Amino acid sequence: MSGTGISSTAGHPPGLETELPPRRLYRSSDGRVLAGVARGLADHLGIDPLFIRLAFIVLVAASGAGVVAYGLFWVFAPQNPIEAEQPRSRERDLTMLLALGALTAGLLLLLSALGLGLTPGVAVPLVSVGVGVAILWRQADEDARKRWRAAAGTSRFSGAARAAGGIALVVVGALAILVGPADLDGTRGGLVSALVVVTGLALVTAPWWLRMARDLAAERYARIREQERAEVAAHVHDSVLHTLTLIQRHVDDPREVAKLARAQERDLRTWLYRPVADPEAMIASALAAAAAEVEDAHGVAVEVVVVGDAPVDDGLHAALLASREALVNAAKYAGGAPISLYAEVEPTQVTVFVRDRGAGFELADVPEDRLGLRQSVIGRMERHGGTAVVRSGAGEGTEIQLEMPRSPQ
Amino acid sequence: MTEPDSPVSPAEPGQRVRVVLVDDHRMFRSGVRAELGDAVDVVGEAEDVDGAVAVITATAPDVVLLDVHLPGGGGRAVLQKLVPLLPDVRFLALSVSDAPEDVIGVIRSGARGYVTKSITGPELADAVVRVAGGDVVFSPRLAGFVLDAFAATTDVAAVDEDLDRLTQREREVLRLIARGYTYKEVAKQLFISVKTVETHVSAVLRKLQLSNRHELTRWATDRRLV
Repeated sequence: MSGTGISSTAGHPPGLETELPPRRLYRSSDGRVLAGVARGLADHLGIDPLFIRLAFIVLVAASGAGVVAYGLFWVFAPQNPIEAEQPRSRERDLTMLLALGALTAGLLLLLSALGLGLTPGVAVPLVSVGVGVAILWRQADEDARKRWRAAAGTSRFSGAARAAGGIALVVVGALAILVGPADLDGTRGGLVSALVVVTGLALVTAPWWLRMARDLAAERYARIREQERAEVAAHVHDSVLHTLTLIQRHVDDPREVAKLARAQERDLRTWLYRPVADPEAMIASALAAAAAEVEDAHGVAVEVVVVGDAPVDDGLHAALLASREALVNAAKYAGGAPISLYAEVEPTQVTVFVRDRGAGFELADVPEDRLGLRQSVIGRMERHGGTAVVRSGAGEGTEIQLEMPRSPQ
Repeated sequence: MTEPDSPVSPAEPGQRVRVVLVDDHRMFRSGVRAELGDAVDVVGEAEDVDGAVAVITATAPDVVLLDVHLPGGGGRAVLQKLVPLLPDVRFLALSVSDAPEDVIGVIRSGARGYVTKSITGPELADAVVRVAGGDVVFSPRLAGFVLDAFAATTDVAAVDEDLDRLTQREREVLRLIARGYTYKEVAKQLFISVKTVETHVSAVLRKLQLSNRHELTRWATDRRLV
C-alpha cells in the first residue's frame, strides 16, 4: 500500500526493526471532484464517497464547518503518490472548474441566505478569497505531481496562469474587504487591515510552505536511510569482504577456510541479532581486543598504548570500528612492519593514532572504490561527528589520526 | 624505534658495550644474546635476584638488561640493592609485562628506560647503546604509562611543584613516542634537535623517579603499586 517506495530487502542495521508503515490517509486524485479529500477519506474508511460528500455539505450548513474541515484535510493529507503518477485528463479540469463554480455560487447563495450578519460587501470578497485559495492550493498539488511525472504533461504556462489567477482573486478579495465596508478607522481599522494582509499572504503562500516542510522531512528521511546504508556497507566491508579475501588466500587449506567461515558467521550473527555486544565495554580494553584480533588474523605485531579510559558510547564505538579498520589496512598494506596504536582519552575527546612503517601511499592514488579508508574509516568517523586524518607519503609509512568528541556524561 | 637513530658513542669509545642479561627464562636469554649478536659484548647472565647481584657486582657492566619479573623479588629488588652501590651501571628494563605498576615500579627504582620484549634485535642493540651513552630509552608503552600517570588534572593549582607536572613540550614529546615515533622523528616533527628530545625525555624520567606528587601516588594506589 505504501507508495513511498521503501524497499525493505536491503539488510537492516541492528536495532532498527523494520515494520510496515502505518496506514495513511491520502487524498485521491482518481475520481475526485475537488481535491480528492472525500474520495481519499472514503477509500481510507472503506465506504462510498457519496456519504462523505453529503456529510461535508451538511457540515457546510453548520456555519461553514464543512469548508474548514475540507480545507484542513486538503492541507494535511498528502496526495496519494501512486495515483498521482497517472495521467490526468482534460475533462477532469473542466469538471473541476464546474465544481468550483458551483461551489462558489452555492457559497454565495448560502451566505446571503443565512445572513450571518454579513453584507454582500463582505461575503463576495470572502468567497473570492476562498476560490483563489482553492485554485492556489490545487496548483501546488499540480506542481508536486509535475515533479513526479518528470516534465511530461501540462505546460508551464497554464500552471503559471492558474497561480496568477488564484493570487489575483485573493488580492482582489482582500482589497475589497479593506475598501468595501468603510468603517475601518483608527487603530482597530489598522489592525483589521494588517490582519487581512497577513492572512492573505499566509493563504497564498501556505501550499509552498507546506510543501517545503514535507520535502525537508522527505530529505531527512532519505539522508537517514543513506547513513544506514553506508553503515551496513562499512560493516560488510570490514568483516565479510575481508574474510572472503582471506579465504581466497587459503584455498588450499580447507581447515583454515572452514575456520574463517565459522568465525565470520559468528561475527555476522552477533552483529545482526545482538547489535550491541557489550555496552559496558571500556574503550581501552576494546581497542586492545581489536588489536589482538587484527594480530591474529594478519600475523602482524600491534603495539597498543592507551592513556585513560572511558565507556564506549555510540561515537566511541564508531571510533573503535574505524581504528580496527585502520589497523587492518596497516596490516594488509604495511608489509608486515609493526603497527603502533596510540589512544588518548581526554575529558572532551578521544584521539586514536594508528601508525605503520610500511611503504606509505598517496591518498589521492587510492582508487575511489576502495572502501576501507574512505568508508570504514573517514566516512564512519564523519558520520558520527568525528574526524579522520590520513598522513602518508611514499617510504614514510602511514599514520591515521582519528578524533571523536565525547558525548557529555 | 625501528630504525637505529644516529649512533650514540658508547660510554667507553672504541669498545663494545658490556652487557649483563638478567631473565629467568634461559630460552629468552639465548634469544636475546643471538639477536644482539656482535653489536654488544654480553659478559654475563643471571636468572634470579641473588644471581644478578653477584654477576653484576663481579663484572661491573655498562648496561644491565633487566627483566621486570624475577624470582626473589623482581627487577625492583635488584635495582634497590645495586643502584646505590654501582652508580655507573645503567639498567634497562625489558619485559613482556603490560602492567603499569611493574613498569613504573622499575623506573622509579632507577632503571634508565623500558622496552618491551617485542622489540627487534637491532632496536634492542640500539637501545642498549643509547642507555650506555647516558640516554633514556622510552618505549611507546612507557610513554603511555607516564602520560597516564601524569594525566592533566583539573586541579592544576594543587600541583605547582615542577617535579609534579610535565611541561607542554614534554607532553608533546611523550605523545609522539607513544605513537611510535623514534627520537629522530620526534625531533623532525617538533622542529627541535634530537639532543633536545633526549633532554626532555631525561627530564621526564627524573620527574618520574623523584616526584612524590599526589597524582602519581593516587595513580599508583589505584593500581595497587604502593
